[in-house]
Amino acid sequence: MDKRYRVLIGKPGLDGHDRGAKFIARALRDAGFEVIYTGIRRTVDEIAAAAIQEDVAAVGLSSMSGAHMRLFPAVVEALARAGGADIPVLGGGIIPDEDIPALKNAGITAIFTPGTPIDTIIEAFRAACRTHLGQQAR
Amino acid sequence: MNVDFLVQALHRGDARSVARAITLVEEGDAGGTAILEQLDRERIEQALLIGVTGPPGAGKSTLCAQMIGQLRDRDLRVGIVAIDPSSPLSGGAILGDRVRMMRHALDPGVAVRSMATRGRLGGLCSAAGAAVRIMAASGCRVVLLETVGVGQSEMDIVALADITIMVLAPGFGDEIQAMKAGILEVADLLVINKADQPGAQRLRLDMAAALRDPGDRQQRILETVASEGRGVTELLDRIFLLEEALRDGGALERRRRRSRELETLDQALELLREPLRQRIRDRNEKTRDPRELAREIVERMVIMPAQAARNDDEHGS
Ligand SMILES: Nc1nc2c(ncn2[C@@H]2O[C@H](COP(=O)(O)OP(=O)(O)OP(=O)(O)O)[C@@H](O)[C@H]2O)c(=O)[nH]1
Ligand SMILES: [Mg+2]
Repeated sequence: MDKRYRVLIGKPGLDGHDRGAKFIARALRDAGFEVIYTGIRRTVDEIAAAAIQEDVAAVGLSSMSGAHMRLFPAVVEALARAGGADIPVLGGGIIPDEDIPALKNAGITAIFTPGTPIDTIIEAFRAACRTHLGQQAR
Repeated sequence: MNVDFLVQALHRGDARSVARAITLVEEGDAGGTAILEQLDRERIEQALLIGVTGPPGAGKSTLCAQMIGQLRDRDLRVGIVAIDPSSPLSGGAILGDRVRMMRHALDPGVAVRSMATRGRLGGLCSAAGAAVRIMAASGCRVVLLETVGVGQSEMDIVALADITIMVLAPGFGDEIQAMKAGILEVADLLVINKADQPGAQRLRLDMAAALRDPGDRQQRILETVASEGRGVTELLDRIFLLEEALRDGGALERRRRRSRELETLDQALELLREPLRQRIRDRNEKTRDPRELAREIVERMVIMPAQAARNDDEHGS
């Protein structure tokens, strides 16, 4: 990896299970990413503000409580309000297959479920960062 | 990327522009250098850079969050640069200091930036000084620079910051013994955090033993309970008194001059790394002693051109 990719891993909403988020954060670190970890129980606006200040190339969200249909699109909107509409959002957690099309429609770049191999997740983050930075350079 | 536009927005305090500018500098982009050239010198001059160092888990981030809150109560804009080490294996990093500061995430008067050391020796990244200047130019009256104190990094932060505070906590007693007496001497303030914890008394005694001069003890040791905000007002009052004294006596200017010299030296060495590596490869020497070869390469690269330029000057005028 020639450029250091900076990403933010956040957990919007009220559920306090951050094992998934921390696992992804460590895996990304071990793949050479710089990961800004913002902890549990964040509002979507807090996540968006942090993403802007940290100038990340992608935002990864984790949800275990079933609130992803509300929270993931809300982060996309919050980012747009904060002036970061161009920052890609990826999401993972306990997400039924039938929800995936609607999430993609709402602007989520990639969705991961408990069965997604970690290498696939890392590759998706890498692709999202590469695309984002490529667009920014133009 | 329009540099002039970015600089204007940055001086208005626009969060995204501040963030972009720091990234450009961190990536070694030519635009980054152009931005640094155009920063508001007066604001940089007026800002106070407080270095916050100490062992892992001593409560540095919690204390920073409390200081942010109180500085905001005093109506001052605050920047925080929080540095964590990069993994030597992957080059990646988890930057988690922000977790403790999230309560200020939506305050436009607070700018937080996490940075990784990116393989630089010591605990600071080479872009730390530039990131701090960008925040100061954006209107931050105070910039806090948090870094884990391990090995050389404590001395790095002392060299860079206007005022350095060393945060200690109970349970690190043996580390104080092991800690080179150096940092205790050069840190401006020594904060015993987690003063609510059982080992605090022991730490007080250790500190008192380390600083034998009673006046020194009185002036430089403070106690805080960062998790509850206790002692933070006193700490900030002490910091601002010290700032006044350092400015009045000219010591602040001297510290900054030294810090600029060091950053210039660091950066110059960094810029030399690649061209040097190339020359060494080009020479393809198999038998000469490395030390002798190094001397010769540096002499040809730096010392001889400098002499030639001086001769030119003399003949030319
Ligand atoms: N009892 C007590 N706990 C505290 C105090 N200050 C901080 N803590 C706790 O200590 C732990 C570490 O605090 P941090 O602020 O993350 O420490 P740090 O020095 O920034 O840690 P690193 O950045 O990882 O080196 C947290 O669980 C805090 O809640 C205090 O004054 N008293
Ligand atoms: Mg910390």
